Amino acid sequence: MIPSRVLNRATPYLFLAPAGIVLTMALLYPIGYLTVASFFDWRMGTPFADAAFAGFGNYAWILQDPNFKESFVVTMTFAGAVVVLEMVIGVGLALMLERPIRGMSVFRTIFILPMMIAPIVVGLIWRYMYNPQFGILNKTLKDWGFQSIPWLSSPQWALPSVIIADIWQWTPFIFILSLAALQSLPKSAIEASRIDGASGWQQIFYIKLPLMMPVLVVAALLRMIDAFKVLEVIFIMTNGGPGLSTEILSLQIYKTAFVSWELGRAAALSNLLLAIVMVITIAMFIYTKVRDARLARANAAAEDY
Amino acid sequence: MSRYSKTNTTVFYTILIVLCMLSLGPIILMLLTSLKLKIDIFNDVSTFFFVPTLKNYRSVINDPSLMRYLGNSLYVGLISTITTLVMGCMAAYAIVRFRFMGRDVVSLTTLLMRMVPPAVLTVPVFGIWTFQYNLGNSLNGLILAYVAINLPFVVWILQSFIQQVPIQLEEAARVDGANPFQVFFLVVIPVIKPGLAAAAIFTFRIAWNEFILALVLTNRATRTTPVNISLFLTEHNIDWGRLMAMGMLIAIPPIIFTFVASKQIITGMTAGAVKG
Repeated sequence: MIPSRVLNRATPYLFLAPAGIVLTMALLYPIGYLTVASFFDWRMGTPFADAAFAGFGNYAWILQDPNFKESFVVTMTFAGAVVVLEMVIGVGLALMLERPIRGMSVFRTIFILPMMIAPIVVGLIWRYMYNPQFGILNKTLKDWGFQSIPWLSSPQWALPSVIIADIWQWTPFIFILSLAALQSLPKSAIEASRIDGASGWQQIFYIKLPLMMPVLVVAALLRMIDAFKVLEVIFIMTNGGPGLSTEILSLQIYKTAFVSWELGRAAALSNLLLAIVMVITIAMFIYTKVRDARLARANAAAEDY
Repeated sequence: MSRYSKTNTTVFYTILIVLCMLSLGPIILMLLTSLKLKIDIFNDVSTFFFVPTLKNYRSVINDPSLMRYLGNSLYVGLISTITTLVMGCMAAYAIVRFRFMGRDVVSLTTLLMRMVPPAVLTVPVFGIWTFQYNLGNSLNGLILAYVAINLPFVVWILQSFIQQVPIQLEEAARVDGANPFQVFFLVVIPVIKPGLAAAAIFTFRIAWNEFILALVLTNRATRTTPVNISLFLTEHNIDWGRLMAMGMLIAIPPIIFTFVASKQIITGMTAGAVKG
């Protein structure tokens, strides 16, 4: 029998051990491994132990690679367009529809469905809808007497098409978050501005949006992070094509590793993507910390009165 | 007097319903297509008038390999969810009750994990699982990956539930002579059931939907359904009806979860960034 004092002392460690071991083995170690692998000339088919050290060779190669440049531009365009459009539409809708909604939980459920189903399925649905022959979009355009659009098959249209699918999937996220933020704004501030004679637009721009800003900033940053994670939907819809017109970095990593079999280069590419997303995440963490600290100070000041 | 006039209310709900249709439309289209014969899909006259058939579903269910992939998805989803929950609530309990690390550390880890693009994990996970852990092409390998991906989030969400468990409850059990493990399993776990349910839904959905790691970690025998769907799309002559039936089968569990727990899901999606 183990003495209970020992058991008590050991408990926290025993409770933390399983999670700690799994996280170390399957998360920390792989990310460390990624950094090491990015400095080796490692190809599919050779064990990592036999790979030759390449220094910054992989990084140098990537930075001069025109495909990387194109993919980088595509990724930035995609992320930028998606965040801006979803914020404008989502916040706009929230401002328009701000009032007590009967049956909000049903509406909320319906709005988040597109984000809940597998990205693979989202890609499947949109590829079907964009189909040039029997896709519902071109069919409708034709019925209304417009020219059909080569959605996924032309380099000009492919990226906008992919962006539209993402807007369909993720605008509700912004909408729901900003609606919740709007409904929790202090009524007194809005009431006061109304009594002072502020018009509807003035209320929005001088009272509501500034008060919502903390939530909006976080929502935009989260969307930005997620935009860099997108892979499946595009993989299914276009597989990066035509040409490289929709080849975002995530997809280029996958292709470099598992189509071209250049694991070392793919690791370096992964590190670059990770660095980009890391900067955004740290910005967000600092932002929330600063905001919380400011809030705490304001509360403390209020209590002193 | 109400602030909102009657015409306004009509316009308001009309807009809401239009938005709902935009949101649901593509999903309904998938459902309709899955009920169509090939001839109806290629017929370019109507989308809504056709004789529904279960032929596509029947052909999916009668195909042993497709059922096997569906079974793989279910197995990986269930086992990884259970494992994550057990490990996650133990760790969360240790962090809260024994003041291990701070809440900030957990929040930051959750946030950092949320940020990692899955594509970034493909190379190291493929290399390590295949050459070092000997878990390549196995369902257990996939489970290990999903447990690791989901753990930070599960710890984060369970933490707040455990904090709400009154410490007196645990002290009373202690006084009655329970050891820490008994306190945990007999007192704490029953109280945090709602938190466990929310975490389970979240974890299962991620494992069930996941694609890219499954693509690099599985083979012909251990594939999950999302991977299988992607392979059908490379064929030249796509059987859309059948593919949409598979899509529906994959989409149904998340749809059910959404109806059960939409509020918790929204909280989960902003984990670590917005206070839940």
